[in-house]
Amino acid sequence: MCTMIVKQIAVEEYAKGKSDWFNVRQAYVSYDHPFKAPFEHALNIDLVNEAQGPAARISAELGPDAARCLAEAILAVLAQAEAGGYLERSPDAVQQE
Amino acid sequence: MYQTDMYEGILAETTTLRGFHEDIINAYFARPLGAGPFPGIVLAHHLPGWDEWYREITYKFAYHGYAAISPNLYFRSGHGTPEDVAVKVRGAGGVPDDQALGDLEGALQMLRSMPYINGKVGIFGTCSGGRHAYLAVCRIKGFDAAIDCWGGRVVMGKEDLTPNQPVAPLEYTKDLACPLLGLFGDEDQGPTPAQVNQHEEELKRLGKIYEFYRYPNAGHGFFYYHKRSYRQEQAVDGWAKVFAFLEKYL
Repeated sequence: MCTMIVKQIAVEEYAKGKSDWFNVRQAYVSYDHPFKAPFEHALNIDLVNEAQGPAARISAELGPDAARCLAEAILAVLAQAEAGGYLERSPDAVQQE
Repeated sequence: MYQTDMYEGILAETTTLRGFHEDIINAYFARPLGAGPFPGIVLAHHLPGWDEWYREITYKFAYHGYAAISPNLYFRSGHGTPEDVAVKVRGAGGVPDDQALGDLEGALQMLRSMPYINGKVGIFGTCSGGRHAYLAVCRIKGFDAAIDCWGGRVVMGKEDLTPNQPVAPLEYTKDLACPLLGLFGDEDQGPTPAQVNQHEEELKRLGKIYEFYRYPNAGHGFFYYHKRSYRQEQAVDGWAKVFAFLEKYL
């Protein structure tokens, strides 16, 4: 079923798409029907720039275990970077839409 | 029934129609050649988008003698590959129910305006399209039959409601005004068998005309030959039920 479970985050970051880097302005995190992953539902991460049209995106579709591992890895790396004094302070607040 | 010495011809092309708020949106249309009359069918596409599978079934309905139209319910989300556009809509939590219904009503009115329609129009949808088809026949006058294939979120708890989907379709069941065919897989996670049962109880309670079929060893999307969810026997049987139902009511 379409779960419509989704969070949108406004960001100002960077991603490399099919041909080149582009400015990411929104991130969607959903748990819903994937397009490629062989599951009925997947944890889908889409980094997009809505102003550049639907093709401006990179996407990942993960099973729940891989998604949890990725989330834990992200937080662990950030914690290590913070402990080492390396963390950049982004001038732009991340907004949850 | 077709015989091999008969003439067959189909017109199939992209067209436009006036949908929600009189917006012009695009649609894929297919009908048998000739003066008809033909019954009409509106196709409400699924979450994966206005995609090749929906092109194919628009053509399939035309092959079976229907004037079929599949409006692009994601038109306002921009253009690109169907998948790119559907990702955007998925990220937005779907399209608003009122908007989808406005577009489906526009498709209904377009078919009814055509000189080759026999006066009967049905609606068919799978996945989110099944849900939209159900909503459409509860909230729009003028449909003569409805087919809901595994539409999830017809039964919705308060915690499931969203700004785009503020009312559970089940709440509108009292206004269902035409016969309904429902096809569901027993292994589907949404709608679950319990939700299908709840839907059926409400239809029975309100004395509605319906036929529900539940398929063992099938989950969500068992018609989709291009996905792992495809179940050949169940899909063949399901399509036979679709056309038998439409022949009865359209």
